[in-house]
Amino acid sequence: MSAALAPRRSPARRVATLHALLPVAALVLLLAAVFLKQPRAMSYFGINLLLNLAIPVMFATLAQMMVLAVSDLDLSIGPFVSLVACIGATLMPEQPALAVLALAAAVGVYALAGALIEARQLPSIVVTLGLSFVWLGCAVLLLPTPGGTAPEWLRDAMRWRTPLLPLPIWMAIVTAIAGHLLITRSAFGTLVRGLGGNPGAIARAGWNMVRVRAGVYAIAGLFGVCAGLMLVGQATSADANIASRYTLVAIAAAILGGAEFTGGKVSPVGAVIGALTVTLAASFLTFLNIAPDWQVGMQGLILVAVLGLRAAIDLVGGRR
Amino acid sequence: MSTPVDTVHDGHAVPAPMPRVPRWQRLGRLAANRPWLGSAVAAVLAWAATVWSAGGQGSGDLLSAALAFSAFTVLVSLGQMLVISVGPGNADLSIPSTIALAGAVAMVVMNGNDAMLLPGLLAATAVGMAVGLFNFGLIRLLRIPPIIATLAASLIVMSVAINFGRGLKVKPPALFSDLMALRVLGLPLVALVALTVTVLVAVMLERTALGRSIAAVGQSRRAAQLAGLRVERTRLLVYVICAGLAGLTGALIAGFSGGNSLDQGAEYLLMTIAVVVIGGTAVAGGRPSVPGIWGAAMFMFLLVALLNAVGAGPGLRTLLTGLIIIAVIVLASSRPRR
Repeated sequence: MSAALAPRRSPARRVATLHALLPVAALVLLLAAVFLKQPRAMSYFGINLLLNLAIPVMFATLAQMMVLAVSDLDLSIGPFVSLVACIGATLMPEQPALAVLALAAAVGVYALAGALIEARQLPSIVVTLGLSFVWLGCAVLLLPTPGGTAPEWLRDAMRWRTPLLPLPIWMAIVTAIAGHLLITRSAFGTLVRGLGGNPGAIARAGWNMVRVRAGVYAIAGLFGVCAGLMLVGQATSADANIASRYTLVAIAAAILGGAEFTGGKVSPVGAVIGALTVTLAASFLTFLNIAPDWQVGMQGLILVAVLGLRAAIDLVGGRR
Repeated sequence: MSTPVDTVHDGHAVPAPMPRVPRWQRLGRLAANRPWLGSAVAAVLAWAATVWSAGGQGSGDLLSAALAFSAFTVLVSLGQMLVISVGPGNADLSIPSTIALAGAVAMVVMNGNDAMLLPGLLAATAVGMAVGLFNFGLIRLLRIPPIIATLAASLIVMSVAINFGRGLKVKPPALFSDLMALRVLGLPLVALVALTVTVLVAVMLERTALGRSIAAVGQSRRAAQLAGLRVERTRLLVYVICAGLAGLTGALIAGFSGGNSLDQGAEYLLMTIAVVVIGGTAVAGGRPSVPGIWGAAMFMFLLVALLNAVGAGPGLRTLLTGLIIIAVIVLASSRPRR
């Protein structure tokens, strides 16, 4: 969490706390508005329906967040999730071993890209841009026309009626805690944030930068694999462009959740909340009977509003 | 670098200092100050390979088609190049939405009337510039990173375009369609328009205070500020120029393809970034490469033509495009990086 990273001065800490609370407030506000408008949504089934689509977005956001944590930007996560979904819908049911091999190879390529970016000091935007074409090409080769079927167990898993709380809520809690432990409590997480904030210091401390960055990209790839498999489990079939919008959605969700483009400032809990907020914003607009034509623009406005509030907090708190 | 402003030259006038020895001594020396050279060579190779695979037939037609289609890519990419050149983190993601909105506006203003051709083009450009102003407003007022600001703006602009252009079936004026198909001295008119704009941008970068400011701000924002340059004004103008060019291109595409459509700009989001970088412009900012835009735009078109000619399907084509983008950036990274 960004609160932990703030210096010990109290105004700065207050700003950091407000920053951390902002995505929570946005989510609560949206939820309250949805429930007010449609009280029937306040049920196990309603919440499940509302937030179901947020599950893959959550994992895609965590993948983007890992890359943001090392001050890079990943333009390929959307096509990557699409490719995973295509693998899940074509190879997975008949040749599970081959599918696992393909997924492992894809994660390996992700790690390789990370190593390449570090070793040759390449701009991540361009490498991941090229990578996005690679993923899309593979997906089209694998599944030229929309179709395929997700394996039975995957579909069942995504339909699982979890006890007490609906599946999306459980997923959000588990991923937020796991991500938080990974980023703030593990040695690797410290290393990752260090690489984003002060790469020189990490290098001087004797770490193998190539290996660390490759590791970061590999973890991003693993999150992407989770996102793709869960997406295809929900959709039951796939197509090569099924998740192409995830690239920008994941950036928006991660930034909403308090991540910054530079300096290794990320928040896994914020990222999960950001993903929920972005998904909920879309459903909320449907509830408001806003014409679908304006919904895209309203999503943009919500993004602007939250970021504007953050700027206002900075201004009042005196932080630049 | 003690004299940052000098390094934007392509090496004709003032050779930039070379901190690192190039990897391929002889070729490297030649290519070092000409970041556009790689893309030009790649474009020529792609053209030769395509012609060869077609048995030497239609080399002229291919070139003319490449020039016409590259013209649109060049126009938008020049704007993206300026934006990327003002420093790390600057990029305009709202180009596709701007193209969609401006195309619709141009068609409505022209309304199939030859006399309204010029007002239509001006209106499209003005709409683009307004989007640029909006982009920069978000960046400045909300202090959000340009990538997120232009992303949010693109969502809003796209909504406006959807509402404005719903059910719109206006054909471009006959004169406009004729002009877009016109050839002057065997060259498509669009290509000549794009060439003119390219020359204007090159002169602007080399000879005007704004052009030098763009390079200076991109190389070191702090140094530029301390030197008394108006950093924010430079950035504002760059975003406005970029969106204005996207607006103009939106109108031209609508005229070229016999009417506007909402997704007529979709491919230009990734395309412009790829073209700018393959063309040799430094992603870290401060070193725009104008000739490289043409080389890279032609290369990207000819690459698809080549892969089509050898019978590669859409999947393989996309896969190879990605691999080639990565290969080009790896090869180009032997350049000194700031």
